Amino acid sequence: MTFYLLKRLAVLLAGIAVAAVVVFAFMSLLPGDPAEIALGVNATPEAVAALREQFGTDRPPVVQFLDWSGGLLQGDFGTSYVTSSPIGPQIGDRLGVTAVLVLGGMAVALVLAVPLGTFAAVHHRDPLGAVISAASQVGIAVPAFLAGILLVYVFAVQAQALPSGGYVPFAEDPGEWLRGLLLPWASLGLVQGAVLTRYVRSAVLDVMREDYLRTARAKGRGSTGALWRHGLRNASVPVVTVLGLQLATLLIGAVVVERVFVIPGLGDLLLNGVAGRDLLLVQGVVMVLVAAVLLINFVVDVAYHLLDPRLLR
Amino acid sequence: MRGRANAGLVAGGALVGLVVLTAVASFFWTPHDPTLVDAARKLREPGGGYLLGADKFGRDTFSQLMVGARTTLYVGVVAVGIAAALGVPLGVIAGMTPRGWLSELIMRVNDLVFAFPALLLAVMLGAVYGAGTLTAMIAIGVATVPAFARVARAATLQVMVTDYVLAARAAGRRRPAIAVRHVLPNIGSMLIVQASVSFAIAILAEAALSFLGFGTRPPTPSWGRMLQESQELLFSTPRLALWPGLAIALAVLGFNLLGDGLRDHLDPKLRRVEER
Repeated sequence: MTFYLLKRLAVLLAGIAVAAVVVFAFMSLLPGDPAEIALGVNATPEAVAALREQFGTDRPPVVQFLDWSGGLLQGDFGTSYVTSSPIGPQIGDRLGVTAVLVLGGMAVALVLAVPLGTFAAVHHRDPLGAVISAASQVGIAVPAFLAGILLVYVFAVQAQALPSGGYVPFAEDPGEWLRGLLLPWASLGLVQGAVLTRYVRSAVLDVMREDYLRTARAKGRGSTGALWRHGLRNASVPVVTVLGLQLATLLIGAVVVERVFVIPGLGDLLLNGVAGRDLLLVQGVVMVLVAAVLLINFVVDVAYHLLDPRLLR
Repeated sequence: MRGRANAGLVAGGALVGLVVLTAVASFFWTPHDPTLVDAARKLREPGGGYLLGADKFGRDTFSQLMVGARTTLYVGVVAVGIAAALGVPLGVIAGMTPRGWLSELIMRVNDLVFAFPALLLAVMLGAVYGAGTLTAMIAIGVATVPAFARVARAATLQVMVTDYVLAARAAGRRRPAIAVRHVLPNIGSMLIVQASVSFAIAILAEAALSFLGFGTRPPTPSWGRMLQESQELLFSTPRLALWPGLAIALAVLGFNLLGDGLRDHLDPKLRRVEER
């Protein structure tokens, strides 16, 4: 296990390093010089040269990359060319908001999918099981932002029970914080829950056919008891993989849902950065999101091996 | 349960057919000019030649939906085309030389691309080259390459151990000839299924990108942008969000059902647990 863990960790770090090169190289293609953009068209060449030196963009790209990536290792994302404020703290603040959004969405998805998927598997010959399958198929076809708009229409426009958007920090008013997050959580969670339901159902159906479950039933455990004690851990192996992939999808879905609900998360920061042509900010946020996806994949792989030690052989 | 699988295939085919027909028809006829701005028709209620009403600029919603189908299919075809054109050869090469360094390199790069979701690629491309339909299609296409490469590799691995490939190799056929004559025809059905599923994902991605302003630019009608424009009017005119939303959901549902149905129809061995 230790060897596997070290090997997988090396792959993760290498992945993040290569991703940093890719992101940096890509953003360096941006036409226009940040110093010229900052000073406008009437700037003197001397002023541009001075600012270029201050930004550090007069140095060779390799030096700039080493400087930027070296800073990343210490949590320093550089200083924005546009707003002149440090980028790291902004990303830090926004990351927390997005993380809460994503984890809440995941929780909603799990709470929906595990019981519904298991139920649909146990009752896969009944009409009710078929209804759940059909409903999940429809749920997959609805993008999270569309679910968000529909939820706003039902709960904010019609029922006027919840706010249609905006974000209140937890420290200010925990109640309003929760009220503001319910619809965003639901829009992310309903859609991912639909996807997950199908996987839970397949996994449980597979396990139900296994000999050990038949044995457990033969020993006198009821079919629910047998499934509970012997089935769910085995069924959880494929589900955890999908869960990890979904966490990455949720992170990206959150970018869009933040737009729907005007939530100041990473996605909002990213899109504002693009609109304001804040190159270094965009570079930083993209790097954080890509690193997060890679990290999620790492955690999933490790969890996968913990749940099913046979894979280590 | 063969019957249910086929029902899905028929329903999926019908929905996809409807989208394709609408898109084709939009080249010849729409009730009104979908991009014509007319203050007199602003937020016109449905009826009287305006089947689904008009938006805040007085543009006919039905005509916009029709042309939006065209945009959706265009983006889907090009994105899935890019993904297949790059992913299939890479996957076949990786599958035919499973222990080679080339295979290892391809799969590692694949994993890396996998960490760049379509949305991030599109935002990066948009920041550098300006957002538009083209950058959206390229971003979605590139982000979908790993999916095709993985499916092609897995299927190729299976084909490579069959007796007929062994016979061809023993007869002295070279690898490119084996790839074209034996591998591609036998992995084709899986690739078609993957194309259908990827198409559904591409539609979702295009809608999300257009919603964020990183996809199709005005005035070209797009379902995602119609949704974005409708959001501020959700309190007064919710129907503007209803129709493009329904169009997206039905198109995605159609391609998903078609993919599942094709999987069962083309290759019963692959039939998933659910249909057993």
